[in-house]
Amino acid sequence: MSLDTVAIAKANPETTQPFAELGLKPDEYASIKEILGRRPTSSELAMYSVMWSEHCSYKSSKVHLKQFGEKAVKTDALLVGIGENAGVVDVGQGYAVTFKIESHNHPSFIEPYQGAATGVGGIVRDILTMGARPIAVMDPLRFGPADAADTRRVLPGIIAGVGGYGNCLGLPNIGGEVVFDETYLGNPLVNALCVGVMKHSDIKLAKAAGAGNLVVLYGAKTGGDGIGGVSVLASETFESKGPAKRPAVQVGDPFVEKVLIECSLEIFAEDLVVGIQDLGGAGLSCATSELASGGSGGMKVQLDKVPLRDPSLSPEEILMSESQERMCAIVEPSKIARFLEICEKWDVTVTVIGEVTDGKHLEITWNGELIVDVPPRTVAHDGPVYQRPFAQPAYIDQVAKEVINVPIPTTPDEIKSTVLKLAATPNLADKSWVTDQYDRYVQGNSIQSQPDDSGMVRIDEKTHLGVAVATDANANWSYLNPYEGAKLALAEAARNIATAGAKPLAVTNCLNFGSPEDPGVMWQFAESVRGLADGCLEMGLPVTGGNVSFYNQTGAVAILPTPVIGVLGVIDDVRTRTPMSFDRAGLDLYLLGETANDLAGSEWAYMHKQRGGVAPIADLQREMRLIDLLVAGRTKKIFTAAHDLSQGGLAATLTEMVLRYNTGATIQLENVGLSLLSETPGRVVVAIDPAQAASLSQEAAAQRIVLTKIGITGGDALVINGASIGLDELRRAHTETFPKLFG
Amino acid sequence: MKIGVVTFPGTLDDRDAARAVRHAGGEAVSLWHNDADLHGVDAVILPGGFSYGDYLRCGAISRFSPVMEPIIDAANGGMPLLGICNGFQVLAEAHLIPGALTRNHELHFLCRDQKLTIENTNTAWTSSFTQGQEILIPLKNGEGAYMCDDETLAMLEGEGRIIARYVGENPNGSRNLIAGITNERGNVVGLMPHPEHAIDSLTGPSADGLAFFTSVLKAMVK
Repeated sequence: MSLDTVAIAKANPETTQPFAELGLKPDEYASIKEILGRRPTSSELAMYSVMWSEHCSYKSSKVHLKQFGEKAVKTDALLVGIGENAGVVDVGQGYAVTFKIESHNHPSFIEPYQGAATGVGGIVRDILTMGARPIAVMDPLRFGPADAADTRRVLPGIIAGVGGYGNCLGLPNIGGEVVFDETYLGNPLVNALCVGVMKHSDIKLAKAAGAGNLVVLYGAKTGGDGIGGVSVLASETFESKGPAKRPAVQVGDPFVEKVLIECSLEIFAEDLVVGIQDLGGAGLSCATSELASGGSGGMKVQLDKVPLRDPSLSPEEILMSESQERMCAIVEPSKIARFLEICEKWDVTVTVIGEVTDGKHLEITWNGELIVDVPPRTVAHDGPVYQRPFAQPAYIDQVAKEVINVPIPTTPDEIKSTVLKLAATPNLADKSWVTDQYDRYVQGNSIQSQPDDSGMVRIDEKTHLGVAVATDANANWSYLNPYEGAKLALAEAARNIATAGAKPLAVTNCLNFGSPEDPGVMWQFAESVRGLADGCLEMGLPVTGGNVSFYNQTGAVAILPTPVIGVLGVIDDVRTRTPMSFDRAGLDLYLLGETANDLAGSEWAYMHKQRGGVAPIADLQREMRLIDLLVAGRTKKIFTAAHDLSQGGLAATLTEMVLRYNTGATIQLENVGLSLLSETPGRVVVAIDPAQAASLSQEAAAQRIVLTKIGITGGDALVINGASIGLDELRRAHTETFPKLFG
Repeated sequence: MKIGVVTFPGTLDDRDAARAVRHAGGEAVSLWHNDADLHGVDAVILPGGFSYGDYLRCGAISRFSPVMEPIIDAANGGMPLLGICNGFQVLAEAHLIPGALTRNHELHFLCRDQKLTIENTNTAWTSSFTQGQEILIPLKNGEGAYMCDDETLAMLEGEGRIIARYVGENPNGSRNLIAGITNERGNVVGLMPHPEHAIDSLTGPSADGLAFFTSVLKAMVK
């Protein structure tokens, strides 16, 4: 193919261009022509097509996401907000923490190992780009039914990919989720979260300021992998027809990324960059246009200088390539020598590819010929915005009328078999088969990881300051009521931070939905965003950033609306955290919070194939009082243990507690069946020394949280209203499921 | 007492190993793979990780790093040398200890809290333990199955050179449940599990790992 230059584009305005094949709609193509005052060159077309894809431009979600700004909490804790690679929050003592979740759903379906691996790699580079040392990862995952053939294909590869990449980077994996549901068959969700820490003064931004400063590309060489991955993969549903899309999945090299991290941190420590951006989705197209539009506005790039793994790549392909493990930095000329020296120390390939200019143009040349001349903002930020139609789908009213009809245990035999069934069901079973494939110890600061309510890492060895992170989604509730579902997921993630005694501080999210072209799906999305924005405002938690993943559907079947909410919390002394369970006899067990008849959307209902009913209504004021109680319980040393109630209700919580340190409990409940199975939100089980009973009552009364004594710890069985389940039997049920399915 | 901790490209547990040295009361000195000088250290730790991405074979490329030359010389002269996980693999590739580490028998990475028995307390790195002591430290690797021929195995068993063995179910398929071995002289130890991740019960499953580091400090005082 001959080179298409700006001069040729001007001279040949009527040339037919394959905009539709690149995923652009006719009106989008027309507006590119209007912006440029001519037809785009093929390189410009490539850039616009990737940057204006759903994945990069948020064109369907933008109008809703702006609520996060409009309803923003006024807080000094937020140092960098939405719009940068990741938000940054102040956690005290001069430390800043950055965290974010991203999806890599579609690539992981096609190529489970590489899709998941590069999902981890991408989010880690986002965190690194802020100037932070990445300190932990988490991975919320969702799959089709556990016994489905395709789940057996994708799950082991995805787990191995998350582990293979994260382990090799030296990042502890401190938590996540593994959830199964029919709607994820053919569309698994791979979300990856990364947390990083830095000093306030070390925060870096994606901006190319200062004319004459150099544009430096460093890291891996550019190859043909992932070309068009963003627009082709993330923006279309999987259909049986059409060309094979396998080559569009990126291939990762975690060793190169590990070296890139250490090299970058050394560069940051010497303050050698003005601005920095990682190359992720849309590769160089994204990095150059975002850096330029974030800075003084102009940039000249000599594309032929980009080091290539495959010398046959065309300029268009180089601009679109999503080769992993690359970074783009803006460096003052006086600092370039030292920059190159550090890269050499780490054996990292580094090339000066251009410079920042005064103009308003991003100009890219290929062997001296001008092939791109665009206003960078039009590529990076002025993409199309859609007001997609949305309407409440018909199913919402139908399911609300359905009455949950499931067996409720009453006799000791029924109680025992119910608890054992819940312990063994894939959604609630022990996840060690998964988490044992992840390194949770590296860096030596992991305080909590799976199966704790949240992951917790120490960030200062002297002061013992730490952060906790939890991610949650309850897609069953979001299906019944997406507005409440998002609020409930937020509340659950915050509660999972607070059970350890940490204080929730900030929110990130990964919104996984079906096709935005379906008004019903768009309504689920709009309601979820509204619920999350309202919830964050009410709880005083800023949203620091997030990610939207649309088109998660196979044919006409969309996934359940799955807004995954991540909450970051801070704890002043990790040594004083409240553990999730007890290791001695003679403690009193209390339930904090009231239990209502909340079987709709419950795991027990799901196990009986019942999807209907009315989801609980989130009471965030009560959740906030409960959080205050949990934090006070730690600081006043009232609690010996605290564990959240969520999927599987009290039955699941008690199972997890007694198995954690192999210490039984004897429980007596009123209305035992419903008490075990209901999933009423806003509840926690705490264990206290009996001497703390008065303090607990006082604190609970102060926060108006209902307190019920439910039993005592000790023995080698979980005994519930006379039904005795030996810990060995319970452990077998809980731990055998995953090895049997996937081992 | 200065203990060198080597960083190869792709090393991960170097900062953890240095922290463990400091907790034990020693001074940790960072050694760079490309540096052919040991900066006057009294002992060296090759920490865990994926040096050179485990490409070719685990440890096969690191073994040829410039820093390995003086390390091999010093170890042959009696300097205490501990290789943990990937470091164990480097020791095997450098033939400082016999045998090889191969893929876990279940063919995936395994991270778990692992019970070990200490079977030889006469090495530079195990003298703070008691014979037969049971300890709990993290195990985390993809290629941790210790393999050697029957003759070598008989020699290791006969000479008491197996310093630690896995307790219970074999986690990775190692011959004779071998978790760690030493050289003839007892100054070089290769260990698959991670004592540097068990120096306090806040961040590890126990503080049992610390004794590997106090052992070497004690050995150097002698």
